[in-house]
Amino acid sequence: MLNFLGQRILQLIPTLFFVSVLIFSLQHLLPGDPALVMAGEERDPEVIAQIRAQYRLDQPIPIQYVYWVKGVLSGDFGESLRIKVPVLSLIAQKLPVTIQLGSMAIVIAFLIGIPAGIVSAVKKGTAWDYGANLFALWGISTPNFWLGIMLIFLFSIELGWLPASGYVPLSENWRASLASTIMPAFVLGNAIAAILMRHTRSAMLQVLESDYVRTARAKGLSERSVILKHAMRNALTPVITLGALELGTLLSGAVLTEQIFSIPGFGKLIVDAVFNRDYAVVQGVVLTTATIYITLNLVADIAYVLVNPRLRA
Amino acid sequence: MKILRLAVTAAALLLSFEASVQAQTTLRIGLAEDPDILDPTLARTYVGRIVFAGFCDKLFDIDEKINIVPQLALSHETSADGKEVIIKLRPGVKFHDGEPLDAEAAKFSLDRHMTMPTSFRKPELAQLDRVEVVDPLTIKLVLKTPFSPLIAQLTDRAGMMVSPKAAKAEGDKFGLKPVCAGPYKFVERVQQDRIVFEKFADYWNKDAIKIDRIVYLPLVDATVRLANLKSGGLDLIERLLATDIKAVVGDPKLKLSSAIELGYQGVTLNVGKDKAKGPLSQSAKVRQALDLSLDREAINQVVFNGEFKPGNQWVNPDHPYYQKAFPVRGRDIAKAKALLKEAGVTAPVSVDFMVPKGAETEAVAQVIQSMASEAGFDMKIRVTEFATSLKLAESGEYQAFMLAWSGRIDPDGNSYVFQKSNAPQNYSAWSNADADKALDDGRLVTDQSQRKAIYEKLAKLVLDEKPLLYIYHRKILIAHSTKLEGYKQMPDGLVRVTGLTLK
Repeated sequence: MLNFLGQRILQLIPTLFFVSVLIFSLQHLLPGDPALVMAGEERDPEVIAQIRAQYRLDQPIPIQYVYWVKGVLSGDFGESLRIKVPVLSLIAQKLPVTIQLGSMAIVIAFLIGIPAGIVSAVKKGTAWDYGANLFALWGISTPNFWLGIMLIFLFSIELGWLPASGYVPLSENWRASLASTIMPAFVLGNAIAAILMRHTRSAMLQVLESDYVRTARAKGLSERSVILKHAMRNALTPVITLGALELGTLLSGAVLTEQIFSIPGFGKLIVDAVFNRDYAVVQGVVLTTATIYITLNLVADIAYVLVNPRLRA
Repeated sequence: MKILRLAVTAAALLLSFEASVQAQTTLRIGLAEDPDILDPTLARTYVGRIVFAGFCDKLFDIDEKINIVPQLALSHETSADGKEVIIKLRPGVKFHDGEPLDAEAAKFSLDRHMTMPTSFRKPELAQLDRVEVVDPLTIKLVLKTPFSPLIAQLTDRAGMMVSPKAAKAEGDKFGLKPVCAGPYKFVERVQQDRIVFEKFADYWNKDAIKIDRIVYLPLVDATVRLANLKSGGLDLIERLLATDIKAVVGDPKLKLSSAIELGYQGVTLNVGKDKAKGPLSQSAKVRQALDLSLDREAINQVVFNGEFKPGNQWVNPDHPYYQKAFPVRGRDIAKAKALLKEAGVTAPVSVDFMVPKGAETEAVAQVIQSMASEAGFDMKIRVTEFATSLKLAESGEYQAFMLAWSGRIDPDGNSYVFQKSNAPQNYSAWSNADADKALDDGRLVTDQSQRKAIYEKLAKLVLDEKPLLYIYHRKILIAHSTKLEGYKQMPDGLVRVTGLTLK
């Protein structure tokens, strides 16, 4: 097991190296000059030259890359060109926000998607089933930004129940924090809920027709216990894996949702950084995201091995 | 009895606590973007200037009619040869850290603007040779050459004073915890979320400051910004969309404040560095024809419900430096076609029209495209992300480029860098010796009528040669809750916080 773990961790190094080269070169392929963008309306050639020199933008890309990697290896991700704040502290500030938003979205997705899927499978062909399917279709096809703005109109302007945008940290006031994130979390979780519902439904339908469910019914168990104790448990295993996979969708969805609701999270950070050609921030954020993905993948691999010893070859 | 007394005291305490909580007033301002660094020497965004107006006073300010009025300075006097300016400072002014604002501090701030390596104020103060301390409340600015826009420069970031103590200690990180001499002092900033300020007790004009705190919140989407104002989450928003004016005017809880912008919206035509050497760059007649094909009022009506102001010069028609001898001309398709014929060009004239991404700019571009097509132009719209478009404009890879300028108080700021040969923002690469002379002459005299006469020559040249087509001037649109009283909109678009009350 230790051997396997060591091997996997060693494999991380070339992967991360490849990712870092990719981030760096792709970003420099973007047209537009960060020094020019940074200068805004004050495009004085002398000042622009100063900025280029200060941030080494006047040096060849491979040299810029070496400087960056050197910094990253010593824990220095550089500093934002635009606001002069260390990238690492920006990441530390924004990541918890997106994690909170993402976790709430996943909880909402499971809370809606799974019961809806079960009901529609159990009541197949009834109005319940059609209703749930309609909901799923709506959830998948509704654009985030539209749903977001509609929710703001309903809950903030018409009813005045929730703040239209902005973010309150959990540590500051948990009620206000939940109020500020519930709408974006719903928008984010909605599409995933729909996907989960579709998968739960088909998995349940399959399981409900299997022999052991028939046996359970034949034993005279109540319908409730057949569905909740016997069928659901087996049907949910692939659905939970799917939910975990959807975490990726969540991160990309957060880009748009955070923009609409002005949630100062990871998504908003990267969008602003790309538009401002704030290279150091883009690099730092993408590298962090990639590292999170790779680590999660590793954790999943290890979990599989733990469950299935045959993979330990 | 004891218990009763205790209860009464507790209740009184609670009530007084509640009263003090209620007495705290917070003004929440919705911004269209997250500002860049809050250091007046290093800052460069328009949105940043809105925030500076709340905490960083300048030597001079402007009034509603663009007159220059004193702020941290009391007066200024220019020597006969125009090469020395004496500025008297307001006595008793303190920075937020308690340091005094005296001549030494003023000299420090101006020197910092002039010498810090990545200072964006350098070009604004380029004509300034040095600053001398005359007495504790007087400084002398010694210029390399006479420069009439100097005082106007000092009404913006170049005139902002920073605490020498804090600036020396923080260096280029000063903007993370700025210390100025304005009505509010910095409390905290969470990037992309909020910037918080609180009332500065020792402000020189503290009687005019009635609101306890100001929170600036960046909300990029204009619809969301308005939604927040309507729901009461914000008290004031900037950059309302022209199409949302009706929604604000029709709401009894909201009020609209507006002023015509100092800048302009226009189309820069590539004259001197068009690689394809298209007819537009080769002949002024073709550019005049394009201009004659446009109906500026119709553009204003179609895209902006008639809310903005059509224009044809680098200052708006209400500006003191607008040349009334050259009014906005109407559309004349027949004449446009005749000009094309005179130029020996056969229609359709294909034009690579670069348009920065954005709902409003794209809409204007489409109207221009359809108007110009009637005169024989085929404007091929190329929607480009802004950062990319700047790069392409610099290298001359365009024929027409829709470009806006936020505007400066002095007309020099709207013309010199765009029209002077080889100037940094002369994307058109237009070069005209007479225009260069007029631009230089305009900097030498301070008398308004003399300057206006000089700029008249320039206006004629620009309108004949057409390196730029000035199309319209936006209105600065600020919407706020009726709870906010005393708000006045200045033409520079900034949100001034003195004299405001919040019910």
